Amino acid sequence: MLTTPNLDYNLLAPILIVLGGALIGVFVEGFIGRAYRARIQIIIALLTTATAFCWVISIHNLISQSAAVDSVSIDGGGLFMQGAILAMAFVALLFFTQNDHFAPQASALPGSQEEAAAVLAGVQMTEIYPLVLFAISGMLLFPVAHDLITLFVALEVLSIPLYIITGLARRRRLLSQEAALKYFLLGAYSSAFFLFGGALVYGFSGSLSLATIRTAAATPGANHIFLLLGIVLMSVGLLFKVGAVPFHSWTPDVYQGAPTAVTGFMAACTKVAAFGAMFRIFIVGFAAVQNDWRPVFVAISIVTMAGGAIAAISQRDVKRTLAYSSITHAGFLLAGVIALSQAGLTSMMFYLVAYGFATIGAFGIVTLVRDSTGEVNDLNRWAGLAKKSPGVATAFALFLLSFGGIPLTAGFIAKFSIFTAAYASGNIAIVVVGVLSSAIALFFYLRVILIMFFKEPTDDTVTVVVPSFLVTTGITICFVITLVLGVYPNLLFNLATTMTTLVP
Amino acid sequence: MRTSSHLVYLIALPLFSSALLLLLGRMADKWGHIFATLISASAFGVGISEFMEMHSHTGANRAATQKLFEWISVGNLKVDASLLLDQLSICFVLLITGVGTLIHIYSIAYMDHDKDRRRFFAYLNFFIAAMLLLVLGDSYLNLYVGWEGVGLASYLLIGFWNHNPTYAVAAKKAFIANRIGDVGLSLAIMICFTQFGAVSFDGVKAGASHASPAALTAIGAMLLLAAAGKSAQFPLQSWLGDAMAGPTPVSALIHAATMVTAGVYLITRSNFIFDASSTARILVVTVGVITLLFGAIVGTAKDDIKKALAASTMSQIGYMILATGLGPVGYAFAIMHLLTHGFFKAGMFLGAGSVMHGMDDEINMRKFGGLARLMPITAVTFGLGYLAILGVPPFAGFYSKDKIIETAFNQGGGKGIILGGAALLGAGITAFYMTRVVVLTFAGAKRWKDGSHPHESSVLMWGPMVVLAIGSIASGFLLSAGGALVNWLQPVVNASHAEGGKELMKPLVVSVLALGIVVLGAGYAIIKYRTVPEVAPENVSIFTKIARKDLYQDIFNDVVLVKPGTTLTAGLVATDHNVIDGAVRLVGWLISEVSDVLRKLQNGYVRTYALMMFVGVFIGALILWVVTA
Repeated sequence: MLTTPNLDYNLLAPILIVLGGALIGVFVEGFIGRAYRARIQIIIALLTTATAFCWVISIHNLISQSAAVDSVSIDGGGLFMQGAILAMAFVALLFFTQNDHFAPQASALPGSQEEAAAVLAGVQMTEIYPLVLFAISGMLLFPVAHDLITLFVALEVLSIPLYIITGLARRRRLLSQEAALKYFLLGAYSSAFFLFGGALVYGFSGSLSLATIRTAAATPGANHIFLLLGIVLMSVGLLFKVGAVPFHSWTPDVYQGAPTAVTGFMAACTKVAAFGAMFRIFIVGFAAVQNDWRPVFVAISIVTMAGGAIAAISQRDVKRTLAYSSITHAGFLLAGVIALSQAGLTSMMFYLVAYGFATIGAFGIVTLVRDSTGEVNDLNRWAGLAKKSPGVATAFALFLLSFGGIPLTAGFIAKFSIFTAAYASGNIAIVVVGVLSSAIALFFYLRVILIMFFKEPTDDTVTVVVPSFLVTTGITICFVITLVLGVYPNLLFNLATTMTTLVP
Repeated sequence: MRTSSHLVYLIALPLFSSALLLLLGRMADKWGHIFATLISASAFGVGISEFMEMHSHTGANRAATQKLFEWISVGNLKVDASLLLDQLSICFVLLITGVGTLIHIYSIAYMDHDKDRRRFFAYLNFFIAAMLLLVLGDSYLNLYVGWEGVGLASYLLIGFWNHNPTYAVAAKKAFIANRIGDVGLSLAIMICFTQFGAVSFDGVKAGASHASPAALTAIGAMLLLAAAGKSAQFPLQSWLGDAMAGPTPVSALIHAATMVTAGVYLITRSNFIFDASSTARILVVTVGVITLLFGAIVGTAKDDIKKALAASTMSQIGYMILATGLGPVGYAFAIMHLLTHGFFKAGMFLGAGSVMHGMDDEINMRKFGGLARLMPITAVTFGLGYLAILGVPPFAGFYSKDKIIETAFNQGGGKGIILGGAALLGAGITAFYMTRVVVLTFAGAKRWKDGSHPHESSVLMWGPMVVLAIGSIASGFLLSAGGALVNWLQPVVNASHAEGGKELMKPLVVSVLALGIVVLGAGYAIIKYRTVPEVAPENVSIFTKIARKDLYQDIFNDVVLVKPGTTLTAGLVATDHNVIDGAVRLVGWLISEVSDVLRKLQNGYVRTYALMMFVGVFIGALILWVVTA
């Protein structure tokens, strides 16, 4: 007799709504005429994320470890990450609406006649919206997954659509396709590590469930060799996703090649999902052997912070600069994982939100600076941007100051609280390197500000396009959040503090 | 302690004005400078009324607080955005807003021809707001917000005339030195939090009474590093001279009177840390003594009038830092010297600006000469500042500097003789280089080209100079009459238990000694500079050569910061111009080299990336193996 598994649809609704939205999007592609598709897809995507976000709010204080048998655990920590992902995805989607980001027809060879015909016909790749929704559903599942198989499935569901949409840039298509292929190859490579690690952990504990793994790991006298090796290999998959050194090398290439709106979405939402999952795995599954894996993570965190900050200095391309900046931030965020305390989780949550919105806003602004051939990513050509568009330059400056951790921006509070948590847990080396790296990093953030505000404009072909209503809304949301969380961080801290529960 | 609801206006007014001027853009070009000046003056008005209010209270009720809102509250970390106005901070508030307003007025005329004058005033207002926040914050974290703010303002203002590339380099240099200092401050804050669970001054003070000596020394050392970065003290002093690239009013306000003294404020504010750690105090006096001599010696060889004054600022702040390291009684004298210095040095900088204004922005003193007749007001006000910095009675510096020298001698033993002797020697060298500046600029024959037409500046410029000159005359007497400032600050720095300490040198003896050495230094300068060649002579003594090279400070930094293994001698011999440019360049160079290596690893080939990942896994497993084995 086969019994059907008991699913708690109320708790799983956010994931299911997004998945449903994605499926509707697929149908729209099939049955709705080309002329209406883009508008309908945008509405579906925004509505879906908004609804799912509201649903997360409505269930935000529920806790359950059996929402989907034992595979998904709904709790404060997981729901916070889901909410953050949905809110950021919503804002990031606003930037997708400029219809000239994406290749008109991905299957056409770059530079071919078909492509030219597609451009002429005004064709748009509206498949991008269902793909993004699929990716979001994977991201929502990742931080609440409670067993190794679900984790892996979520990882793949979030990754594969990202590989595709990376290759869809309208301009510099070869660069974009190259990035997509690289991302796919290296992503598959890292997934293999993750899977193999999972297998070793299963071999050690005889179970896929994080709870059982914890019990097995805590058994005194057990031979931990497979467990530890498994942890290292699984970490590769997670560290790859967040772009930690030495698993970061895809980041600059992919961030540069992907359509800029997608880069913003990826940089913010993927990090939330991956750090959420990482924190859960390590505190629920592997906390018993933390003294063994912590040195590895400390080393990775240190080289990530320092490496990202130093490498950023020699960059001349604004997207690559932001990519290295995001690598540095991954290092800072790892400090929160290493602290492995409630304070660490709270400050990590705050950091993710502060970083995420500033990142989306910053990449959003990058989409606006253009010449006749498309976006201008060469920093030198950004000279005097403040004279051309003071508002946009000011917003970009604020995001950069927040990345740099200047007081009265969200980034300062985020850095300060995460370093304090790391220091309190005894990881002083991380704090010292972290403070030094942020000092180095501030150098290139301020350099960009100087270029925008103090250099005379040299290049008249560069203009700032007037953003549409939706794009303006997006930038404004990011701007306000970055500023308000800097002046009044308790708005988020109070929430984060109440949502640190993690189902064991 | 009483609560006040007006403190916030001190910061809000200039901050609002700054934002307004930046947001309105060109629309505010016509009236922006006037508006900013009025705002600064009204902040001064608020400061005066707060001072009156404070004066009318007694005891613990003199200090006032204002809680704005709960700023951070996560886990154990609770920080309020609160302001604290006590006897120490009111001194700074009056200095910042008072001198700040004078400099605003001066700048109206000085920046008259600049098309970005409005933006300049917006930055000045922003600076005032940030500096006030720095001295009004009631916790290290609030102070840090202001600390970063003034750093940002200083960076923007040094690079204000950024069409000149060397100015941009100067801004960069100042930025890096300040960053190193900021790292010190943030580490100090984190140690405070983990040791005491608090970052407010009160909380840390309470915790410091039963903290381990090692922790206190660590906090003290980090705070000193922060102070050294902001106040251009050894070994982070190299930026101040280059910062003179900014407009002269900025040099007067930020790089003489207020921001660079933030380090002195920080140490004085943290007196409970330094009182409890004698090791930290020794570090402080060492830094102070080295810098006061260093700055003075560098000052003897500068031909650029602003750089000579900058070296002098460095040296005078060295005196203040020295005083803060001399125990409780020293704090009050440090603050007194800080206030008198604020008057006379700002006055002299404005005088230098007035000279430059009249001489088509010429800064080389060898091309001045005989200006006293043509610019009498500038010459007289500058001269009064000169007498004050020399410590000639009854001018301001006499009261403040002699007290520091006296306190240094009173340390007793070898320490007292070394510190006092160094301070005395510094006074002599100061007399020499300041006399040199005055003689080269105002006395002797004219050495300028026929094309220049030196003239006295407008009343908007000489008015503030006159006011500051009056301060240079009277402030010393007013502050020290009946121990006014010492008694005033007593509740903050807790100087009482040190009063009545042993008096090894009679004040009169110190004054006579100091005056004697000052006369010697000044006399030597007058004799030496009876004739002045227009081009700096080449066949000078080795000491002059070393001084012209800023005592090889850049190379020295290089050795200290970059190549700790290399010997000092090797660094001094290496006069290669590529190397000379210094620590900052070298740190930058090193980082960009590493950056280049990293960039090469980022070669675009998937196989390289995959290999890197594999090596990463391997090393990770290796670390794990080492840890568990």
